[in-house]
Amino acid sequence: MTLTVETEHLTKRYRELLAVDDLNITIEEGEIFGLLGPNGAGKTTTLSMLATLLKPTKGTARVNGFDVNTQPADVRRSIGIVFQDPSSDDILTGRENLYLHALMFGVPKDKRAERIDHVLRLVDLQDRQNDIVKKYSGGMRRRLELARGLLHSPHTLFLDEPTLGLDPQTREHIWAYIENLVKSEKVTVIITTHYMEEADRLCNRVAIIDHGKIAALDRPSALKSRIGGDILRLTVRAPRIDQLKNLDYILSMDQSGNTLHLTVKEASKHLQEILGIVGEADSVEVRTATLNDVFLHYTGREIREEAGEGGIFERIAHTRSGH
Amino acid sequence: MGELEGFYALWYREIKVFTREKSRIVSSLFTPLLWIVVFGGGLGSAVSLGGVNYQVFIFPGILTMTILFSSVFFGLYIVWDKKIDFFKEVLVAPLSRTTIFAGKMVGGSIDALLQGCAMLLFGLVLRINYSLVEICIAFVFMFVLSSALVSLGLIIGSNMESVEGFQLIVSFLVFPMFFLSGALFPTKNLPTYLLVFTALDPVTYAVDGLRGAILGTSQLPIALNLLILSCFAAVMVAIGTWTFKRLK
Repeated sequence: MTLTVETEHLTKRYRELLAVDDLNITIEEGEIFGLLGPNGAGKTTTLSMLATLLKPTKGTARVNGFDVNTQPADVRRSIGIVFQDPSSDDILTGRENLYLHALMFGVPKDKRAERIDHVLRLVDLQDRQNDIVKKYSGGMRRRLELARGLLHSPHTLFLDEPTLGLDPQTREHIWAYIENLVKSEKVTVIITTHYMEEADRLCNRVAIIDHGKIAALDRPSALKSRIGGDILRLTVRAPRIDQLKNLDYILSMDQSGNTLHLTVKEASKHLQEILGIVGEADSVEVRTATLNDVFLHYTGREIREEAGEGGIFERIAHTRSGH
Repeated sequence: MGELEGFYALWYREIKVFTREKSRIVSSLFTPLLWIVVFGGGLGSAVSLGGVNYQVFIFPGILTMTILFSSVFFGLYIVWDKKIDFFKEVLVAPLSRTTIFAGKMVGGSIDALLQGCAMLLFGLVLRINYSLVEICIAFVFMFVLSSALVSLGLIIGSNMESVEGFQLIVSFLVFPMFFLSGALFPTKNLPTYLLVFTALDPVTYAVDGLRGAILGTSQLPIALNLLILSCFAAVMVAIGTWTFKRLK
């Protein structure tokens, strides 16, 4: 397998804050690789360094065979980027935006029109190509930017929170487009997200990143099976948790107020016994482990779905002002 | 080749934007016309300067003002561009920063020049007769001035984090540059304290040069005006290019 990305001790420090801490990862060709983490975990900083938009404080990375420190222009030509927030020109039409991109990224003159038609078809925007981007919906705009990211036939596509701020239905659509692109265009996709479903649905492998470090890295299914059981959530009047500690089928236990959060081997089989111990329960919930539980397991925190605190450029502005 | 196409892309974008934002063009021409028609016409009914009607006298000054405002604002607008616009796309393109700066600067200058052209046409209404040579000289001045001022705007804009500073720049930089330039009065018999500031204002040399080219009356020789203005422009372009190289 050819490696698309290989980082060596990749580190970014903003004064006292270690945003990315000695990262060593490899990403193989043809993967959809996810960087999953809460805001401020270092996902976007990592992506920015891989895309040569930020200089690493220490360490380096090779992207498509080029070194981010010494061959930034080659790296840039070999990758496509879709930013967290819109970066298409809303006074221009969709097609004009693509045309400008083709000019700036050196798509040969005789291939321009053909490539533009091709990527427009990929994201179903042929009918709206001559409309001004201002008239596009959020989802259409994101699709246009996906198309633009692919226009110069990059080997790797970076997607920074590709569905942030989109409604659930549009998000589904964008996911379907991304899946199709990977198949038809044979690109490696590296995606940052703080949406669990997104990572679960799209990614072959997920790196859970927290405080600039990799907390876990594997296929989503493998990560989930590492939990080793089902999740049982109980709201009880008077939790008697001491006795639960002796049960060997309970793998982990968390209590916050009246709510018990248990990881249980074969939960449905042991439910009666557990209820017998804890007494009357106001609510009982049994489910299989999700990535969210994996995340909680590795970071001790729940990821909250809130607006991102800013994309690549906000991060860079942040560096510039020296915080 | 690649750099040249990138330059063309940036320029192409500015022209598209210019032609699509017609309301902006109209409003940017409205203020200069107010100055000429109302202020110039009003004061001109009582005053004549340098052997011509006051309205005609300030015409080169107001032409310069049009270029001054549109150029500086074009440059400052990059604050906004940096955050939300297509400029992000430009910064990640595999283009040298010199190319990006040049594309942006030429795009802005052409924008300003087109507005200057509209003003020159209006000059015909004032019965100012230009020869072809005069128009060419005027164009050279307008181009050098706008290159310098777009660069100045880009330099300030690149170093600003938000649009809140706009009003400050307008009050403390753009308006003083306009008022001190001699756009509205002759600089011949100024008191010393004013003369110093007037001489330090690079826009003064554009006004004087344009007045020489269009009306045939200037304090300094046209060539000297052009030389001083060109030096200012060269410094601005150099600092601007350097600023863009540091811009992330």
